[in-house]
Amino acid sequence: MSEVKYSKEHEWIKIEGDVGIIGITQHATEMLGDIVFVELPDVGSSVEKDGNAGVVESTKAASDVFTPISGEVMENNQSIVDDPGKINSDPENDAWFFKLKIKDKNELNSLMNKEEYDKFAKESGS
Amino acid sequence: MKIKKTSLNKLHQDNKAKFVQFAGYEMPIQYSKGIVEEHKYTRSHSGIFDVSHMGQLFIYGDDNLTEDLEKIFPLNLKNLKINTSKYSFLMNETAGIHDDLIITKIEGGYLVILNAACKDNDFKIISEILNDKYKMNLEENRSLIAVQGPKSEEILDTIINGVSELSFMTGNWFVYEDQKLFATRSGYTGEDGFEISVPNDLAEKFTKKLIENGAQLIGLGARDTLRLEAGLCLYGHELGVDKTPIEANLKWAISKDRMAKGGFIGSNIIMNQINDGIKQIRVGIKPEGRLIAREKTKIFNEDELIIGEVTSGTFGPSVSGPVAMGYVEKEFSKNDTKVFLEVRGKKHPANICGLPFYKKSYVKGATK
Repeated sequence: MSEVKYSKEHEWIKIEGDVGIIGITQHATEMLGDIVFVELPDVGSSVEKDGNAGVVESTKAASDVFTPISGEVMENNQSIVDDPGKINSDPENDAWFFKLKIKDKNELNSLMNKEEYDKFAKESGS
Repeated sequence: MKIKKTSLNKLHQDNKAKFVQFAGYEMPIQYSKGIVEEHKYTRSHSGIFDVSHMGQLFIYGDDNLTEDLEKIFPLNLKNLKINTSKYSFLMNETAGIHDDLIITKIEGGYLVILNAACKDNDFKIISEILNDKYKMNLEENRSLIAVQGPKSEEILDTIINGVSELSFMTGNWFVYEDQKLFATRSGYTGEDGFEISVPNDLAEKFTKKLIENGAQLIGLGARDTLRLEAGLCLYGHELGVDKTPIEANLKWAISKDRMAKGGFIGSNIIMNQINDGIKQIRVGIKPEGRLIAREKTKIFNEDELIIGEVTSGTFGPSVSGPVAMGYVEKEFSKNDTKVFLEVRGKKHPANICGLPFYKKSYVKGATK
């Protein structure tokens, strides 16, 4: 079974062997409101843990997307570029942002599990 | 400073509003359905907007008042019929815009609707110019509620019989629960609709009645996307003391005879700008693709020189794409001029375009 972990920047990562699938959490979409634009990292580019890896814009404002761990981008999800509304309707499944080849599995240790994240999201409020 | 609340604050809370502070007021930015849904509901049905934070300035006086107000506003107020409204602005000596407003001639005087963030300063400026000769009241005991969208006439007419007889940019007094309401057929969404001045103690009851009849509460978020699609200016974005009405492409709002004769604050600059031209002008901007260019985005020409700046930009739910307004140098203001918008360090193509982005015809005459 694959494992899902969460960052303080409200990203989730599903770990399948050496591959991480990354998206933003339900809680993040609720804070952002209607998402109308998304920019994803290019396939083949390297992203660094906690570094910029795209942008989401709601009707209200633009927000950076960060990557919870380092790696090389293998694939990005063009279907959310064409229909950003998918991110609001199914943020933690179909509306993943990008897949990356995990550089250092030790980085996963700093992330939260579901229970810890839910508590964190509740406390961070709004 | 204490944050002010409107008479509908509890109703907003009950409807799960997310609040923001706006011009010293706690106002709903959106409700549970979100900005896009609220926007679309206004275009297809009827949206209710609490705009009680806006100023309702009543000025009472005789013919002298009309003459004195003509020294302030670039309008022909003498010929304005009772219960008729005009869009105008309060300018400084250099024709910079202190505020944009709607002025309605009413029995015994005028009603001026002012922006929330400007109303106290406007009151000070206007009372100084009028030299305290007239009774002026920046009304605190009345709420202002806008109902906008194609079903609004039908919904409102069941509550206030007779409003459907108003034509666009006219108003009248009506009676509701033995109290007086002033309703005008106007708005800020590009839709047919009304703005109703209601005594505070009736505001919640009145609004609930609108909801019962099928209208829904809409927040400031959708109000902004609606007005942007309609190409309407927002004070503090498209308008400010550093912009003149000519630069803001609002020449249409200045009465023709006043334009020729002048005699209002800022008229020398206005007349000079009409004769000699202007350096910059407000335009519509349509980014290619889905890119959103927010306020302060730099605009470049094809030679990569800066030619202007975006003043408002968002995603337009009814046009299903990004929309923006901004100021560019006059020579680049023609429709279909190709420009580039710098967003997150990259330049993205866009085109200058006519306004509005979204058009629906206002009701010109009464339908009943």
